[in-house]
Amino acid sequence: MSQRITIDPITRIEGHLRIDLDVENGRIVRSWSSGQMWRGIEKIVQDRDPRDAWAIVQRICGVCTTVHAIASVRAVENALQLDVPVNAQYIRNMILCAHTLHDHIVHFYHLSALDWVDVVSAAKADPLKSARLGESISEWDGNSRAALEGTQQKLKSLLASGQLGIFSNGYWGHPAMKLPPEANLLAVHHYLQALEVQRWANKIVATLGSKTPHIQNLAVGGVSNAIATDSEGVLTIERLSQVKEYIDKLYSFIFNCYFVDVALIAGSYADWFSIGAGVNDFLSSPDLPTDSSGTQFMTPGGYTPGGKARAFRSIRSFGDSALTDHVAEEVKHSWYTYKHGDAPLKPWRGETSPNYTDFQDEGKYSWVKSPTFMDKPAQVGPIAAVHAGIASGHEPTAKYAQSMLNRVRSLTGHEIAPAQLNSTMGRHAARAIRACVAYEALKNNWQMLMDNIGRGDRETFNEPVFPAGESQGVGQVEAPRGLLSHWVVIDNQRIKNYQAVVPSTWLSAPRNNNDEPSSYEVSLNGSAIADPARPLEPLRTIHSFDPCLACAVHVTDIERQKTIEVAAL
Amino acid sequence: MINTNLQSQGGASGAEGAASRVLVLGIGNLLMQDEGIGIHAVRQLGSRYRLPENVELIDGGTSGLDLLPVIEDARRLIVIDALRCEAAPGTVVLFRNEEVPAFFRTKLSPHQVGLADVLAMLSFKGTAPASVTLVGVVPSEMLVGMELTPVVSDSMDRLIATVVDELTRSGVKCEPLPPSNPVDQ
Repeated sequence: MSQRITIDPITRIEGHLRIDLDVENGRIVRSWSSGQMWRGIEKIVQDRDPRDAWAIVQRICGVCTTVHAIASVRAVENALQLDVPVNAQYIRNMILCAHTLHDHIVHFYHLSALDWVDVVSAAKADPLKSARLGESISEWDGNSRAALEGTQQKLKSLLASGQLGIFSNGYWGHPAMKLPPEANLLAVHHYLQALEVQRWANKIVATLGSKTPHIQNLAVGGVSNAIATDSEGVLTIERLSQVKEYIDKLYSFIFNCYFVDVALIAGSYADWFSIGAGVNDFLSSPDLPTDSSGTQFMTPGGYTPGGKARAFRSIRSFGDSALTDHVAEEVKHSWYTYKHGDAPLKPWRGETSPNYTDFQDEGKYSWVKSPTFMDKPAQVGPIAAVHAGIASGHEPTAKYAQSMLNRVRSLTGHEIAPAQLNSTMGRHAARAIRACVAYEALKNNWQMLMDNIGRGDRETFNEPVFPAGESQGVGQVEAPRGLLSHWVVIDNQRIKNYQAVVPSTWLSAPRNNNDEPSSYEVSLNGSAIADPARPLEPLRTIHSFDPCLACAVHVTDIERQKTIEVAAL
Repeated sequence: MINTNLQSQGGASGAEGAASRVLVLGIGNLLMQDEGIGIHAVRQLGSRYRLPENVELIDGGTSGLDLLPVIEDARRLIVIDALRCEAAPGTVVLFRNEEVPAFFRTKLSPHQVGLADVLAMLSFKGTAPASVTLVGVVPSEMLVGMELTPVVSDSMDRLIATVVDELTRSGVKCEPLPPSNPVDQ
């Protein structure tokens, strides 16, 4: 007899996700991932001017506004075959890299570290031992005994107040918590420091994007940042120097603190490199274009079936048919209907007609659609990006992947194979690897922009020209959570159809037409759960994907207050 | 880092005015009819009143943790949002300080999880606003659409008056602008 566990909502994520688990003898035998909010937002841009779409669609999510905006202008540019001045590419690239760093730092420290770090135990640590531990693993200069004592004092007063605030949803004292008190204190200390550091990454986005949370500087055809070396109100050398200051400030934290902490947690929980594997076929997009037409990129992307580098199929350009020929969306298990039955639809022909049926174990059970690549689910996200990097000989990816695996080996004495990146812990490791790659790219883009301005090139915008009749385009972004694609059909300068296929849709989808599960479900099936009333293990795995259901699905109703429902079946 | 440089004169730039910074934050989804009331209200407030320089009006959209750097260092925070409760659509409701987290626990606003987390993180860091007010309007419809419903649109004057009253209580001088000469923020 199995026991049904419903975790609803999954906390410490953006949006509303429900996970149902059938548990037998302490193991998950079957799982359902269900987006609990309707997504029909793309309809709002129908019949509008394609040049306005980006400002509207960036509102479909509160977290990834920036990448939706970039995906949208790229989709329209792709449809128009419109070149983008390289300065605009560099500025967009810097925004994307800074946004990625912000996401990865916040995801690790503020959204998922508390699955591995016991804050109550941190209160019992000896700050001196914590300081020595910090010193022994990195050059980060924020680990002094005095600073650690300060953090511990804050923590103790919080615990004494009985109002745990941000720490009220944790499973403190759970048997799966393994870090010694000193490591827990070090991690809580870095949690606080990361709250400061994330602002620096955000400042870069805000300075270049004119505003956050919704950047204002994009335009179909480039960016609206006029570049000048003197006047106010435009992107001046002074502002670019401020950006550089923030880039420099970020360096030490990313390389000496974040990367090292991920390795420390990974080394302490090395068994989690064998738990939580998602779909083993990986999909990513090339990104950070360095030419006007989007054919030269700083980071590669493509399809890696079976995680095998030899089987890697590169995606070489924006709009490459290697991507567009193979993406479709299915709704057999989603609360939608297609006009002509369940046959998969290409996003350009995509439909968004709701058909709510209640939660059916064998039928429809989610507001999320099921995207497929070559008719199968695919895993997008940091592991996919790292696989693409290794398969195509991308030097920075290979370098930081090796460095991460070496660090974990030196902590555990065991070799971690690249294939084991497809795991709960591997996702954190891959994200840290990507953060280093993104940091290098951020710095290089800044230099390339300065050099180009130095050569007298101030161009940032090409006027879009709309052909008569119909055209279609795809906007690809390798977003923090993975491949994001916006698909637009334009008819006589108006949007005829618009679909966003977002990373969390690939990952959290219900089963596809062949009843094949997506990554969330695959990663949970078969894994152990010690205490069904405190389901820490599935939360660790789901959090490792950095779920963001705010755009995979959309707002209707979150009035239910239950967080966990445990029912024996 | 808490800025202790108390400067209340106008013309404060960057972090200098942080200690006296008053933030009016509209949150909501502009694409979901009444869900976007907070954003509409912040825009209206900026076009109807001239506000001192230490008052900042922010369109927070549906952001969660992205609001961390936005809220940090505000001494006084006023949040405007759509709030579901028993009252009739269009009703303006107000909660202050300790009532706010209690309200969050009842989960009536779609954005509170992110905002509650942000406030809790800042309070652990020691940089949370000294006072928080939540001003809400009960929504009527939250379907895909960029216009407010008539009943919620009609509540705009009351909503703005409530926010202005709250600002005035904090010693902020709100100077009405002539309707013929609106200044977009």
